[in-house]
Amino acid sequence: MNKVLMQGNKVIGEAAIRTGCRFYAGYPITPQNELPEYMAESMCQVKGGVFIQSESEIAAIHMVAGASAAGARAMTSSSSPGISLKQEGISSMAACELPGVIVNMMRGGPGLGNISPAQGDYFQATRGGGHGDYRTIVLAPASGQELADLTMDAFDLADEYRMPVMILADGMMGQMMEPVVFKEPKPRQYRERYVLKGAGAGKSRFIRGLILDPRAMEEHNWKLARKYEVIAQKETRHEAFNTEDAQLIVTAYGTAARIAKGAIKRLHDAGLKVGLFRPITLWPFPSRELQEISERTDNFLVFELSTGQMIEDVHLALCGRGYVNFYGRPGGVVPTPVELAHVIARQYSKKDRHHE
Amino acid sequence: MTKKVFGKPKCLKENVFHYCAGCGHSIVHRLVAEVIDELDIRGITIGVPPAGCAVLAYNYFDIDMIEAQHGRGPAMATGIKRTLPDRVVFSYQGDGDLAAIGIAESFHAANRGENITVIFINNAVYGMTGGQMAPTTLLGQRTTTSPSGRDAVKEGYPIRISEILSSLPGTTFIERCTVNSPPNIIKAKKAIKKAFQYQIDGLGFSMIEVLSPCPTNWKMTPIAACKWIDEVMSKEFPLGIIKDIKSSDKGGKSHVG
Repeated sequence: MNKVLMQGNKVIGEAAIRTGCRFYAGYPITPQNELPEYMAESMCQVKGGVFIQSESEIAAIHMVAGASAAGARAMTSSSSPGISLKQEGISSMAACELPGVIVNMMRGGPGLGNISPAQGDYFQATRGGGHGDYRTIVLAPASGQELADLTMDAFDLADEYRMPVMILADGMMGQMMEPVVFKEPKPRQYRERYVLKGAGAGKSRFIRGLILDPRAMEEHNWKLARKYEVIAQKETRHEAFNTEDAQLIVTAYGTAARIAKGAIKRLHDAGLKVGLFRPITLWPFPSRELQEISERTDNFLVFELSTGQMIEDVHLALCGRGYVNFYGRPGGVVPTPVELAHVIARQYSKKDRHHE
Repeated sequence: MTKKVFGKPKCLKENVFHYCAGCGHSIVHRLVAEVIDELDIRGITIGVPPAGCAVLAYNYFDIDMIEAQHGRGPAMATGIKRTLPDRVVFSYQGDGDLAAIGIAESFHAANRGENITVIFINNAVYGMTGGQMAPTTLLGQRTTTSPSGRDAVKEGYPIRISEILSSLPGTTFIERCTVNSPPNIIKAKKAIKKAFQYQIDGLGFSMIEVLSPCPTNWKMTPIAACKWIDEVMSKEFPLGIIKDIKSSDKGGKSHVG
């Protein structure tokens, strides 16, 4: 397919449809409304496509769970306050091992917050979000192209590991237009036996998250934990930019990483050796990859559009090896690369003095 | 020559019901199972049990089932039915599940005219959690959270869900039954069968409300509980067909299936 210029929210919709998503339920909330609107139009044009504007975020996620159990590739999307409402269903899907894709176009918070781009939902996304011992794979795109690629991958990962997968972006990602090429989707690999479609002439099945016997529940918890361990080993993704000879590494994801890249390019022109470590999977966090970089550089700056959430994963990855500073702009403020370049340059020169 | 006139429905498993003595759930389970057998739809039926006393319904029904979170049965059933429109999909819900925490999901599934069937067990209390006040608790009824009797000033009024949902154009057949006597059980089964048939015929949302005895939490003997349904509960929740789009005097005129 040729390159097309598309808005981020619509890119997700188109990628989902191309990769076989045939069920979408959602509730309007800014800044992601173009996505349900795109799905409303697209689902009419594909065979078996279902679009439902649900009465609530809660209903939407449970519709997705039902559709998923019945064998559909299913998706819902929202923005921060709506994602809070979906947590009951996400926890339930994790428990019942139902695949599904949840898109969070983050906005400022807590509470109703505002409708500007922010990254305050990192904890919620990467620590499970809802109740109970579970994880969701969290993918953090930083460009239109990645929105397309990661949306397709999200469906494949959800099927492979039978669990909800979250795409964590923000209002900026959703609103901006970039050229995109949609890759050829992989054929779906999902076993028929996981699908609930009526017992036919055979044995009946049931899907449930209620396990009253504590030992059986513990066994289920460990089963899920083993799955998460495999994912943590196999599925980490990141981008390393100018990290080879860097004296300072900026760690940032999504929109913040784009701003950081702009700042780093400016500083490069001024002779400063600054690199970018951009986690693409926020869970599993690419800890080993960050550790490897820490063998060459010990000066880190974490930059987030929040008061500091991913920084905890950076600390956990580095285990004290390295100096970690933080710069954050929460609340929907999007700083310019120039502003961030000043912050980076300050830390860069301070660290130099420290070494002397 | 002997003829078998009574037996266990084919789509009930061998497991012994965990329900209390005199509880209506086991009767309603049996009726739903008999209807599934008689309509010969075991292989294409998917049930959605609730959170509540019937949460373990999948231990009893020998059909495909998926448990819903509390109140979300109609949303989940919507997802299943829209994905597999040729399957028969029903949710099974109590009064707390349907009329309190899940009223939005119920109301909107009904309003969309989702082609599903809801079995609504109304026993006027939260059974599994120990007899707290439900949205359908009668005025003056003592529960663990309305110890001096439900007071309209503080706690509002019992909700008549069937009447409310009947006002929605998307609903096709709604009947309130009870299972406190053999004749009423026979009527309830007929109603359940009709509700499933409406779904099979593609007409839209159907619901059967069952006034169901809960002797344990009503603190009555099973016999007294059955009597209480006749003498008290059914005065607040009148039995009978509340809506039938095929019958002109039951709201059928304005809504053609």
